[in-house]
Amino acid sequence: MYIGMACSVASMNSGAIQVMGEVLDVQRTGKYFVMSVTAPGIAERTQPGQFVTVGMGGEESSMILRRSFAIQRVQSRGIYGGTLEFVVSPVGKGTRWLTKLRRHDPLNLVGPLGKPFTLPTKAVTCVLVGGGYGSAPLIMLAESLRDRGCRVDTIIGASTEKKLYGELELKRVSTSLTLTTEDGTAGVHGRVTDALENILESSQVDVVYSCGPMPMLASVAEVSTARKVFSQCSVEESMACGIGVCMTCVLPVVGDDGITRMLRSCVEGPVFRGDRVRWSDVGTIPDGTLGKEVVRP
Amino acid sequence: MTGSVIVTGMSQAASGEPTFDFSTNVGSLELNTPILTASGCAAAGRELDNYFDITAIGGIVTKSIMLAPRSGRATPRMAETPSGMLNSIGLQGPGVESFIENDLAWLQQRGARTIVSIAGGSAEEFGKVAAKLRIAGGFDAIEVNISCPNVEDRGQVFACRADTAANVIQTVRRNSDSRIPIFAKLSPDVTDIVEIAASVAQAGATGVSVINTLLGMVINTSSMRPALAGVTGGLSGPAIRPVAVRCIWQIRNALPDLPIIGMGGVRSGHDALEMVLAGANAVSVGTSIFNDPSAPMRIQNELEHELRIRGFTKFSQAVSHAHREIDSTLQINTAIDDLDPTDENWDFISE
Ligand SMILES: Cc1cc2nc3c(=O)[nH]c(=O)nc-3n(C[C@H](O)[C@H](O)[C@H](O)COP(=O)(O)OP(=O)(O)OC[C@H]3O[C@@H](n4cnc5c(N)ncnc54)[C@H](O)[C@@H]3O)c2cc1C
Ligand SMILES: Cc1cc2nc3c(=O)[nH]c(=O)nc-3n(C[C@H](O)[C@H](O)[C@H](O)COP(=O)(O)O)c2cc1C
Ligand code: FES
Repeated sequence: MYIGMACSVASMNSGAIQVMGEVLDVQRTGKYFVMSVTAPGIAERTQPGQFVTVGMGGEESSMILRRSFAIQRVQSRGIYGGTLEFVVSPVGKGTRWLTKLRRHDPLNLVGPLGKPFTLPTKAVTCVLVGGGYGSAPLIMLAESLRDRGCRVDTIIGASTEKKLYGELELKRVSTSLTLTTEDGTAGVHGRVTDALENILESSQVDVVYSCGPMPMLASVAEVSTARKVFSQCSVEESMACGIGVCMTCVLPVVGDDGITRMLRSCVEGPVFRGDRVRWSDVGTIPDGTLGKEVVRP
Repeated sequence: MTGSVIVTGMSQAASGEPTFDFSTNVGSLELNTPILTASGCAAAGRELDNYFDITAIGGIVTKSIMLAPRSGRATPRMAETPSGMLNSIGLQGPGVESFIENDLAWLQQRGARTIVSIAGGSAEEFGKVAAKLRIAGGFDAIEVNISCPNVEDRGQVFACRADTAANVIQTVRRNSDSRIPIFAKLSPDVTDIVEIAASVAQAGATGVSVINTLLGMVINTSSMRPALAGVTGGLSGPAIRPVAVRCIWQIRNALPDLPIIGMGGVRSGHDALEMVLAGANAVSVGTSIFNDPSAPMRIQNELEHELRIRGFTKFSQAVSHAHREIDSTLQINTAIDDLDPTDENWDFISE
């Protein structure tokens, strides 16, 4: 079914800027930390699915690479101007440093980066699927979809309850919310894709939006495409620059012409059509990719 | 010092300050300012133009381009290291024809000074890429990436032997317009970098670009396997700066007149100054762009400041200044700590 996906913003991140923001708040929730920061000029331009990169450890830091975080919400707060929120899962040096910051600490931000989710031009039925902290950008997305009169059924899942994210916010903005955990500590015992299949079976769905770990995205895309439902997935690839200049963050994606190219997930993504990413080949250069060297025996 | 953000391309000609000549001659390549982007860290300039005016720096050195489109290596392609990173991109690119049509055309229309970096799997390929560029025109110089450790050439790179390096440079020289300056990009992973520099100069290079990345490796202790899909990768960033300064120093010492584009870990104007003093006629900024997208512009402004407070009135006076005789006639202020008001720090007096 043609649902008229709005053609979206310039792919060059032409609106992205670098600003010195300030931490307003760091809130712990389960295994995660929600950071609220001032980001004048970034917040105002952010569309759902875009991300920011954050400079680590101050000016003379030995961590020279910026870290990427999906923007979960933006606000305009009187004296602060634009502010934004992102959620941090402390998994390594940089993310642990971030979660130790306190109110008024400065933060070097670049954004908004990446291609956002494309939004339907009509009031259609959408399913949102989030895994772990991947549900963060779905909050802003759900708000935009509801503003357009869309039906929004949201599924969020994680391995265990403490790794679920965004339950309260997503309950508020979704038509329905389903929780799943793989260990059964909260919601339905199982995976998000089981819940997704149930919804796709029982009702007419126009678009599936998804963000989470790569294996989850692969299954979401597979299930959706098998039922001829349009899907958009926000991927997470290791990034050095986040602005399209280094070619670190590539993955194999099939183009309109049927040719596979290694596309940069920071500028040509992070949101890709689920039916276009060669999920099982991520991490490789699959045969037939444009420019793949033919190895001579 | 590195705090400035949203820097635009404005020159810092503060009112009342004496004029400063920032231009540099890198052999026959004349630049308005000595700051360039390093190949592979700025794509073809378009993305960076969003963060600063790319026409306000010395020029853009584009990502090394090969004859045909190239998919590059599998991922993961990078790993962060202390004050640096490893990369194993494998020269992903669209091929020289698409580059000429899209990237070069854009740079020309934008009015940016452009140094095209080229790569190849054989001397012939380098020659063919140069020939295509010669027909297209519209750029200021060629940088020949003979030192990329990522290109599979039975483990060898052209830059590690004087004869193979010279052969590539000769081929590129033959296939290029004789007025086009050619820079050979050298690898620091050699026993004697001066020998390589001398041989490429002999083969027709206008000058040398030093340094490319150093070969390194990281093992992921979770998977207990190499962190990069390509196993080894090129080390870049501030961690390698002392190696770069040493290479520039040695080449300048041995070849006083050879034009040098210095690079390797430059993160501030102070770092750039260090390379200039060691002998660089221009300085490229690479990995620092990933840390700060406006780094080239910021570093350019900082370098001008560093030179001014030391009493230089022309950039060229500072080039190789660390090699000067004790009885140098130039009156340069070496006791800058007394002069720089920003160093005054009385915060400890709390009243
Ligand atoms: C588009 C995008 C959106 C993201 N959104 C979020 C989010 O909303 N919340 C959140 O907690 N995390 C998010 N991540 C992942 C986050 O960027 C990494 O967890 C973080 O970079 C790890 O840094 P570290 O210093 O703690 O880990 P280290 O392992 O010390 O990092 C070392 C290097 O590897 C890179 N790296 C390591 N893990 C990842 C990863 N999973 N993805 C990308 N780069 C990685 C780092 O950037 C760094 O350069 C996102 C990643 C991307 C690409
Ligand atoms: C991601 C990445 C890609 C690079 N690609 C190239 C390239 O295509 N050609 C080249 O000559 N050098 C390439 N380099 C090397 C840089 O141009 C530079 O010589 C080196 O990184 C040292 O400078 P830096 O520490 O400022 O980055 C690359 C470096 C990085 C980090
Ligand atoms: S992270 Fe550098 S190109 Fe995407």
